[in-house]
Amino acid sequence: MSVVQLAFYFMALVTLGSALTVAISKNLVRSIFMFFITLFGLAGLYVLALADFVAVTQIVIYVGGILVLILFAFMLSGKEALEAAQKQSSRFVSLKNLPSLLLALFFLVVMINVIFKADVANLQWLKEANGTQNVIGVNESMINNIGVNLMTRYLLPFEAISVLLMLALVGAAHLSRKEDMRG
Amino acid sequence: MITLTDFMVVSAVLFCTGLFIIVSKKNAIQILIGIELMLNAAILNLVAFGKYDRVNNSGQIFALFAIILAAATTAVALAIILNVYKQYKTINPDQIKDLKD
Repeated sequence: MSVVQLAFYFMALVTLGSALTVAISKNLVRSIFMFFITLFGLAGLYVLALADFVAVTQIVIYVGGILVLILFAFMLSGKEALEAAQKQSSRFVSLKNLPSLLLALFFLVVMINVIFKADVANLQWLKEANGTQNVIGVNESMINNIGVNLMTRYLLPFEAISVLLMLALVGAAHLSRKEDMRG
Repeated sequence: MITLTDFMVVSAVLFCTGLFIIVSKKNAIQILIGIELMLNAAILNLVAFGKYDRVNNSGQIFALFAIILAAATTAVALAIILNVYKQYKTINPDQIKDLKD
């Protein structure tokens, strides 16, 4: 077993373990910080999939932006939210959680079945990519290529997403205005 | 060698964890975390398949777009959650029954 494989299994274990802890824990603060660890584990998995730029973006945007926002919302929504979170039943497999647990498990069984039936290793386009050397190598840096592609081939989605981001900013600012300022 | 199937299995488990969180939790912020987990599972698949596109980088670029979309969604959703809290003094989605007053 190579080092890369060991690193993959370690990262997968960290990611899935902390995600499951988010699901199990009744404490809201603990689940938010466990989500933080999940995001770091996912960034590690992206590095192992040879997407270093996406991994760095994941850390900057998710950990720097989204997590801080979530913490702010948690603190601003005050004491009642904390109490409501504490009142949830502590056991993972309780009668109240049973339907959702069953739903998730059945969905997992279906998805695992689909994954193993799909046989992704023998897909046609993957074989063509292997044949034409269209595979990212281990010591290549893709950041140049991503920048060029973003400004040429994917310019339309890039512009669309910039407009959407501005709309979301304006919308969020409008929604969180004070009540008496609303005209 | 890490195969694509490994990545897909990890992402399937992550997706189902997110689904469980969304269905079972009684707190809007935790439901939002579940949605983020599901989005991240999808992004992991995009990135894993993006390895086989060296020229166009489609997988990685759409993973970047998905991350940005997730950020925009979270900002709006948290603004909505704060407004709901101001109105109802709770963020339990089960207790929010009427649309206006």
